[in-house]
Amino acid sequence: MADQTYPIPGTLDTTPSRGAALLEWVHSWVVTVDHKKLGILYIAYALVFLLVAGVEAMAIRIQLAIPHNHFLSAELYNEFFTMHGTTMVFLVGMTLIFGFGNYFVPLMIGARDMAFPRLNAFSFWMSAFGGLLLYFSFIGGFGLYGMGSAPDVSWWAYAPLTAKAFSPGHNTDYWALALIVMGFGTLGAAINTLATAFSMRCRGMTLLRMPLFVWLMVVASADTLIVITPLTAAQVMLIIDRYLGGHFFDTQAGGSATVWMHFFWIFGHPEVYVLILPAFGIASEVIPVFSRKAIFGYPAMVAASVGIAFVSLSVWAHHMFTIGMTSVSNAFFALSTMMVGIPTGIKIFNWVATMWGGKIRFATPMLFCTAFLFQFLCAGLTGIMLAVAPWDWQLHNSYFVIAHFHYTLTGSFVFCFFAAIYYWYPKITGRMLSETLGKWHFWLFFIGFHMTFDTMHFVGFLGMPRSSYTYEPDRGWTTLNMIISAGGLIQAVAVLILVWNIIDSFLHGPLAGNDPWDAWTLEWSTPSPPPPYNFETEPVVRSRRPLWDIKHPNDPDWKYER
Amino acid sequence: MQRRHSLLLTRAQVFSLALAGMGAMPSGAQGALTTPSILAPASTPAHEIYALSQFVLVITGAIFLVVGGLLAFVIIRFHARKTDAEHEPAQIYGSTQVELAWTVIPVLIVVVLFLTTARVIFAIQDAPKPQSALDVIVVGHQFWWEFRYPKLGIVTANELHVPVSTSTMPRPTFLQLLSADVDHSFWVPQLGGKTDLIPNHPNAMWIDPQSTGLYLGQCAQFCGVEHAKMLLRVYADTPDQFAAWVKAEQRPAMQPDAHNADAVAGRHVFETQACANCHTISGTAAKGTFGPDLTHLMSRATIAAGAAANTSDNLRAWIQDPNTVKPGALMPAMQLSDQETDEVVAYLTTLH
Amino acid sequence: MSTIPIFADESWRLPSRGRVAMFSLIIGESAIFTIFVVAYIYYIGRSVTGPTPQILDVPWFNTVCLLSSSIAIVFAERAIEHGRIRAFAAWWALTMLLGIVFLAGTAIEWKRLIYTNGLTIRTNLFGTTFYSLVGLHATHVVVGLLMLSLVMIFTLLGRVEQRHTQRIQVLSLYWHFVDAVWVVVFTVVYMMGK
Ligand code: HEA
Ligand code: HEA
Ligand code: HEC
Ligand code: CUA
Ligand SMILES: [Cu+2]
Repeated sequence: MADQTYPIPGTLDTTPSRGAALLEWVHSWVVTVDHKKLGILYIAYALVFLLVAGVEAMAIRIQLAIPHNHFLSAELYNEFFTMHGTTMVFLVGMTLIFGFGNYFVPLMIGARDMAFPRLNAFSFWMSAFGGLLLYFSFIGGFGLYGMGSAPDVSWWAYAPLTAKAFSPGHNTDYWALALIVMGFGTLGAAINTLATAFSMRCRGMTLLRMPLFVWLMVVASADTLIVITPLTAAQVMLIIDRYLGGHFFDTQAGGSATVWMHFFWIFGHPEVYVLILPAFGIASEVIPVFSRKAIFGYPAMVAASVGIAFVSLSVWAHHMFTIGMTSVSNAFFALSTMMVGIPTGIKIFNWVATMWGGKIRFATPMLFCTAFLFQFLCAGLTGIMLAVAPWDWQLHNSYFVIAHFHYTLTGSFVFCFFAAIYYWYPKITGRMLSETLGKWHFWLFFIGFHMTFDTMHFVGFLGMPRSSYTYEPDRGWTTLNMIISAGGLIQAVAVLILVWNIIDSFLHGPLAGNDPWDAWTLEWSTPSPPPPYNFETEPVVRSRRPLWDIKHPNDPDWKYER
Repeated sequence: MQRRHSLLLTRAQVFSLALAGMGAMPSGAQGALTTPSILAPASTPAHEIYALSQFVLVITGAIFLVVGGLLAFVIIRFHARKTDAEHEPAQIYGSTQVELAWTVIPVLIVVVLFLTTARVIFAIQDAPKPQSALDVIVVGHQFWWEFRYPKLGIVTANELHVPVSTSTMPRPTFLQLLSADVDHSFWVPQLGGKTDLIPNHPNAMWIDPQSTGLYLGQCAQFCGVEHAKMLLRVYADTPDQFAAWVKAEQRPAMQPDAHNADAVAGRHVFETQACANCHTISGTAAKGTFGPDLTHLMSRATIAAGAAANTSDNLRAWIQDPNTVKPGALMPAMQLSDQETDEVVAYLTTLH
Repeated sequence: MSTIPIFADESWRLPSRGRVAMFSLIIGESAIFTIFVVAYIYYIGRSVTGPTPQILDVPWFNTVCLLSSSIAIVFAERAIEHGRIRAFAAWWALTMLLGIVFLAGTAIEWKRLIYTNGLTIRTNLFGTTFYSLVGLHATHVVVGLLMLSLVMIFTLLGRVEQRHTQRIQVLSLYWHFVDAVWVVVFTVVYMMGK
């Protein structure tokens, strides 16, 4: 099967002019409006910050490896965990999804670019500038002395800790301003994604034939529109408080601390689904291809994704079970939160059903996706435990929560995006990543991940609170923390392998050809890497798996699809 | 002592591992532990939560086994083999019946989970307050706790004393939670879930420890630099012990013995230096409220919200520069001379 | 050289990307306004000291101006649709004029509040929420006016033609949104809040 050839559109010579000066090369990246180049910029940017936030995580883990450690001061620890969370969510998470979205949404729907190429460039540079502003805080403010004024109020930045009275200096300002700037970039990217998916589809690419990754980018972008903006609004209020002397969150003047909490989590909760939905999209591309089967229950997958996005708008207060809401609100938010499990369950079952009866090839992308399935199942179930409001009164702000959300963010989001890197790297660079290194990367990361985050559940049960730079030796948390930290280091080694693999394979990897995985979506019909205009002639499709139709002319999808 | 700790700790760890493995937990009632485990409840709200958590664990555990089992089966059964035929497997696009089934079953599970959850929410949160209840006002400060017993006229800090509550003599403690500055959260895992202390937003919770002893906890809402060292100690006393403690706390501060020249001088230093602006020692000129009430400082085992043991050495270090003990604490280094420091410490150690 | 067979449905129409984008932007913006409106409503009557909403005068004239600008812009759209560029320019100018009158009205109102009633953004919660919400809306009017004037300049330079109808319509969508938001702000601030 794999060696069967078929004609593909678009085979122009695209070798770049050799003698181009370095400066010209840089310039071409800075001024580019090509969705693929911008996609690569986004992804590279995200990977750099993954390393940065990862180093912060390692510093956190070294500090917590033993009780009463002095590796980091209290101030520095607080800056590090705030920056770690903020960076991972905004600079890594959001940029990764829009990076892959940028690169592959147009390709998968048979378009030649995003709907608004210049807005696209603008969005990227806004995000980039926001990230740099955030990190400028380390040297800005009071200067390098004392590590400057990096934000140190945690990523949810509860009022009134962020008020001038309790947060003098500029730590909080960097946090708010950088994220406002990034927010505009994200908003632009989301609008662009929506316009692209709705208005740039090739002939025959009806909405219900769009690849699931595109669908999930659409849902995530729509969610982004409604949730990044409240964060921006709340941060504008915070800035008004801090610079103009407003009183929105000034508890001395009648302002309310809980209003900030609501505003933040109205953003914060759906935000985590914004991150996970594109990850679901990746799983929905990778799992069928490596199981050699069509996705099971495509319409249900689409409906469930939209359902998740909708329900997730009404669950935010499950982060606030301990703030003294009425028992009725607590019960309401417990129910709405648990209901998210229903559409999510549909997705999990559909993925398993897709694998059922297949011929599963465990290449590296599939390994990551399979581990994702397992870890997301666990993560979802711990989420359900947290949704049980009375239990959350115990678990809230303990390491159990940290464990839950690293299962979702590292164990699901990052795993899926590692899968995406292995899956699409050949398309982006024209070369395969090394499978051997890929396996090493997978297994080390998998082992490190489980050492770290499985153990965190237990220290959570034993009462260890988060956001704490140290702990007492007599609490029975010492051994477990040591294991957690050791697992963190193993993860770091694994990530270093990935970095090496990316660099080495770029130079020496075997050539990939157009369609190394024998896949079915349109991006695999172009050369690797695709030429600037993507498709020589605009493709026309008649089913969800256009390349399947070509490869199986006697048994095409459009005969069966519902 | 150290050995006992490590024994207890292994026990608690074994519990949690057992719990993860089997989805079942050994029965609660352990008394006070140095590991503030939520798996060793010692008060009604904690017990109810623990029971609820067992139920939820069984259900989620079952889901885990079923779905995880399916996944494992699929991985083992359907991975590609060299011996497989060349052609692609049969393509299946979906099945309405199956999909309906795995939508409806989770709906039912959610209904069950929700009803159980709601019952416990109402049982704990809306529990009526009995006549016999003790009232305590808890005020969170960056980075220490203030406890006021309005009906008993007591103000103290960081170490809460409550009477033990038995089925024959129920004596729950109702806490009113306030904050003087930023958000904090009151959490003693063995006694109950946490509740936040939020400025401008009074909250309430209750506990009824059923066996005597020292229960450990700490602030569970990030509140600034020293959030990690905003520790909590709750003593559940027998009725006699509690009555004695109340009596001792209600007395004004001890006058230093006239023979104890250092202490007399220390009191003078205390009253004339800035100390008096921030601390109260009843019966003296010190009436400040920014820092903890020191009237019965010596009745406490620790200083600075558990950051250090309450010994003369630690007190000296603390007064010379609180930052060495608890960097970021909101008490300034007072720049006292060595002699003044010794005198103040001598005075403070008389405050039983 | 594509061999993907062409058998898709004959008619293949996609929504205009400008419209999709503008609707998306409007959804996002609505979320921003929702947050500010919610904050305003939540803080009604919670000021500890200082002036209360009673000092506000209902800006009827302003409101009429802004809402009629929405009608004017509809006429402008019609005009360009039929290629009547001069009529378009006239209606467009009227729209801008009404917008500017609205802004001037707001400026006068604020001046009175600040100098006569002593209400600033730091005075109390009412001041904070009032200036933020009304100011946020005014900012949108300003942005809208800037975009309108760009079109105006191009029109005067003779660069706007009938084929730009689509873009003009997308832009007027934004202006309609700004007006619609004013209805909400007006109701909340001057009707409910007083
Ligand atoms: C990608 C990110 C992501 C995802 C997908 C989720 C998914 C879920 N989360 Fe999580 N969560 C976070 C990221 C995420 N979370 C983060 C970052 C925080 C902490 C923020 C902070 O405080 O810093 C957090 C915190 C958090 C809390 C607050 C804890 C606290 O602070 O006290 C709660 C409480 O309800 C919760 C619940 C859930 C639930 C119910 C889901 C559900 O979506 C899970 C649904 C999935 C399943 C249930 C499994 C599959 C379903 C089946 C097999 C069907 C059968 C199952 C049933 C019928 C139950 N999460
Ligand atoms: C996408 C999101 C994401 C990801 C991937 C991670 C990844 C990791 N996180 Fe993160 N985390 C958050 C999002 C994320 N986290 C958020 C939102 C918070 C809450 C913040 C808050 O409370 O405000 C948080 C908080 C948080 C805490 C709690 C801090 C506290 O409350 O005090 C801890 C503690 O262990 C932690 C650890 C880790 C570890 C060990 C990893 C590892 O998986 C990381 C692995 C990656 C690497 C290690 C990178 C590789 C680095 C190199 C290759 C360089 C070599 C470096 C060395 C060898 C030192 N995280
Ligand atoms: C600016 C206010 C301020 C001044 C002045 C001040 N303190 Fe304090 N003091 C505090 C605060 C706040 C704490 C609690 C710190 C913490 O635990 O984080 C504290 C804690 C203490 C404690 C520990 C109490 C306990 O129960 O944990 C002692 C003892 C103490 N101070 C003694 C003194 C002495 C003696 C002086 C004068 C020489 C003094 N303080 C001056 C604010 C002050
Ligand atoms: Cu107080 Cu954390
Ligand atoms: Cu959430």
